[in-house]
Amino acid sequence: MDALVNKRIKQVLKGDQSAFSDIVNLYQHKLYQICYRMLGNQQEAEDISQEAFVRAYINLHTFDQKRKFSTWLYRIGTNLCIDRIRKKKPDYYLDAEVAGTDGLNMYSQIASKEQLPEETVQQLELQDRIQYEIGRLPDKYRSVIVLKYIEELSLQEISEILDMPLGTVKTRIHRGREALRKQLSNL
Amino acid sequence: MSTCPQYIVDYMHEYLDGDISREHEQQLKNHLQVCSDCRQHMHELSDTIAFVKSAAHITAPPYFEEKVMKRLPKEKNRVGIQKWFRRHPIIIAAAVFFLFMSAALVSSYPNDEFSVTTQPNLIVNGQTVIVPEGEVVKGDIVVKNGDLVIEGEVDGNVTVINGGQYMASTSVVTGQIKEIDEVFEWLWFEMKDMANDFKALFEE
Ligand SMILES: [Zn+2]
Repeated sequence: MDALVNKRIKQVLKGDQSAFSDIVNLYQHKLYQICYRMLGNQQEAEDISQEAFVRAYINLHTFDQKRKFSTWLYRIGTNLCIDRIRKKKPDYYLDAEVAGTDGLNMYSQIASKEQLPEETVQQLELQDRIQYEIGRLPDKYRSVIVLKYIEELSLQEISEILDMPLGTVKTRIHRGREALRKQLSNL
Repeated sequence: MSTCPQYIVDYMHEYLDGDISREHEQQLKNHLQVCSDCRQHMHELSDTIAFVKSAAHITAPPYFEEKVMKRLPKEKNRVGIQKWFRRHPIIIAAAVFFLFMSAALVSSYPNDEFSVTTQPNLIVNGQTVIVPEGEVVKGDIVVKNGDLVIEGEVDGNVTVINGGQYMASTSVVTGQIKEIDEVFEWLWFEMKDMANDFKALFEE
């Protein structure tokens, strides 16, 4: 797959924009999934993951083809997610939700760090519950947990994506696991 | 559990990361066998991981790819230009022609100077070229700034630039006959050759 991706990258760099659609096709689901798990909201995840592809396209000449493209792309994506989380106003969801509730699950209608009453949490469907618990994690743990357990990436790749030393990644994963464990055992 | 050393929990995480040393693993196992609190802790961590891993795979919404492609900045690049070059070789040839060859163009543009392709059996009478009756000219004839009268036979193409071409009832021309009078047509005539050269150039 890397060979195909590099071929497409070369075509794009030569100016053949249409070759980029294959790249989008190959990585769209993984990148969208990362963004969705990080942001917990479909509209935002779509917007941010599309933006990540656009930035990848614009900056493609800076990509070192000896490296793994997915690592580079996910790095752009996670950075955008982290920026979005930091800039997010607490009432963002309330505004966004008015546009259309179609396809929104229960979780995406609540602010990301809002604590739900225990009774409500117990009634969540498993998938909503998972997203709810991931969303409650502090950002720095959320990103490593998502990359490790949902994308199933190696610690080395995570360290490259998040641009932090392997030791830091490990520490965050350990703390992330502990934080999740506490969230789940408190109930 | 408060009495248990912190390193036991560290070992649990090392174990979960899959990079625990044999020595640490042994110590962890020994401890878990005697400490139910730590066993509980270890179970909870494993359950936590299983819980997160049971997250469903999420796919991008429909038309994601199309939407991304629409958001990309407009194509303004070499391939675009190259494509355009390939589609419009004559225009490019013309541009190049005017830019780089204008000097040569002006000097070679048919002014008053009369010229004709040298062929052995042609009669040149002032600015009139005659293919005599009964004669066969083998090869093309190009006449500039003069007239061509064909009474005999031409085994080839005939081109008259800035002049007239007159055929007698007896005349035979095996090739194409072209009269080029206008400046534009003359350029066109010259450029077609260039265009073909350009096409060849871009098709590598
Ligand atoms: Zn213990």
